[in-house]
Amino acid sequence: MDLELMFNSFPKLLNATVITLKLLSASLIFGLFIGLFFAILRLNKNVLINKFAYGYSYVFRGTPLLVQIFIIYFGLAQIEYLRTSFLWVILKEPYWCAIIAFTLNTGAYTSEILRSAFQTIKPGVIEAGRSLGISNKIIFYKIQIPIAIRQSLPAYGNEIILMMKGTSLASTVTLMDLTGVAKYIISTTFKPIEVFIVAGGIYLFMTFIIHNVIKYLEKKYRFQQ
Amino acid sequence: MDLLYFGDSGWGDELAIATLMTIAVSITAMMIGFVFAAIFTPLKLSKKKYLNLVSNSYTTVIRGVPELLVIYLFFFGGSGAIMYVASIFGYNNYIEINAFLTGSFSIGIISGAYSTEVFRGAVQSIDKGQFEAAKVLGVSKFTQFYKIILPQMLRLAIPNLSNVWQITLKDTSLISVTGLVEIMRQSYIAAGSTRDPLFFYSCAAVLYLMLTFLSMKLINKLEVKYSRGY
Repeated sequence: MDLELMFNSFPKLLNATVITLKLLSASLIFGLFIGLFFAILRLNKNVLINKFAYGYSYVFRGTPLLVQIFIIYFGLAQIEYLRTSFLWVILKEPYWCAIIAFTLNTGAYTSEILRSAFQTIKPGVIEAGRSLGISNKIIFYKIQIPIAIRQSLPAYGNEIILMMKGTSLASTVTLMDLTGVAKYIISTTFKPIEVFIVAGGIYLFMTFIIHNVIKYLEKKYRFQQ
Repeated sequence: MDLLYFGDSGWGDELAIATLMTIAVSITAMMIGFVFAAIFTPLKLSKKKYLNLVSNSYTTVIRGVPELLVIYLFFFGGSGAIMYVASIFGYNNYIEINAFLTGSFSIGIISGAYSTEVFRGAVQSIDKGQFEAAKVLGVSKFTQFYKIILPQMLRLAIPNLSNVWQITLKDTSLISVTGLVEIMRQSYIAAGSTRDPLFFYSCAAVLYLMLTFLSMKLINKLEVKYSRGY
C-alpha cells in the first residue's frame, strides 16, 4: 500500500470529479426533457410516431454507450456538410460530443421509465379531472406529469447512478474526468489498487449521496393514503 | 459496401470473427458471474451479520463503481497480482495474462454482482412454506436446494437474468480498451485504416443490436419453457 500516492492523487482526482459532475448534470437535465418528449410520443395513437419513439429507445438501449460516443465523436466529424455548418463549433469539442451521447442514451432509458409511469396512472384520476371540467391540457400538465414523476422516482434514481457510471466513458474521447485521471495516474505509477481505492471511493460516495437524495424525495412526495 | 467484403479486400470476415469473440467473452463472463453469484448469494441470505457484510460490500462496490475503472484495475493490476503470487512459489519471470481472460474476468465480476442481486431476490420471493415443508419431510439441505428451491427460483430469475445478460453483452464493448479484438476493437482498427469511422462504428452498432435482438428471442423461449404450468 502506497499511502503517500493515495494522499497525493486525492486532490487531483477530486478536481477531475468536477468534470464528471458537470457531464452528469448536463446530460441528466437535457436527457430528462428528451425522455419526457419521447415518452409523450410513445403514448401517441399515431402508429408512425409511436414506432419512431420506440425505435429510438430500442436502438439506444440495445447498443453500448461506447459505440454511441464513438459514432458521435469520430463518426460525425467525417460528414463534410457538418464540418462546414455551425454545428461544428459544438461537434469538434469532445466535451459536447460526450454530453450529446450521454443525453441521447439517458433520454432513451428515461423515456421508457416515464412511459411505464404514465401507463400505470389509474384512469379514474383522469376521469375525475374530466368530470370536474378541467381541460385535457391542464389534466396532462398538472395531474398526469406530477404523478408520473413521482411513480418513476425509484427507477429514475437507478438511472442516475447508471449514468454516473456511464460518464466514465468520457475518458475514451480524451476527456480527463475522474476515470480518465485515474487511468492516467495508474499508467504512470503502476499502482492500480491504490488509485482504484481512492477513485472508487469517490464514485461510491456519489452513489451514496444520489441514493439518499432519491430516498428522501420518495419519502417527501409519498402519496397521502 | 465494398468495405464489408469477405477476404483480403474487405472487413467482413474480420467483423464476423470479432462478433464471435464478443459472444464468447459475454458467455464466459456470464458464467464467471454465475460462479460469483453462487458464492455470494448464500452469504447474502445467511443469518450471520459478518457474512452479509462481505456479500453486501461486494455488490455495493461493484455496482457503484464504473465498469471501466474495474477493467483498468484488472488490466493494470492483474498481471502484477499473479506475478506476486507466483513469486511466492519461486517463479520470478514476467507473466503476461491473456486479454481474453482479464476481460472476461473483470466483466464476470461485474455481471456476478448483478446476478447475485437477482438470485437473492428470487430466493426471497419463494414462499417460506416451501422451506418449512422440506424441513418437515426431512429432505436434506442439498436435495432441498437442487430439487425444490432451484427449479422455482430459475423461473423467477430468468426475466431479470435476461437484463443482466444485456448489461454484460454491452459491457464487453469496454474491454476493447485492453486490446482484445472484439466488435468494438475491430471497428476501431478498421475505422483507423480506412478512415471511415462513421461506417464502421455504425456497423458495430448494428451488430450489437442484432446480438441483443437475437438473445432476447432466445431468452423469451427459455422463459416460456421454465414457466410451464403457471
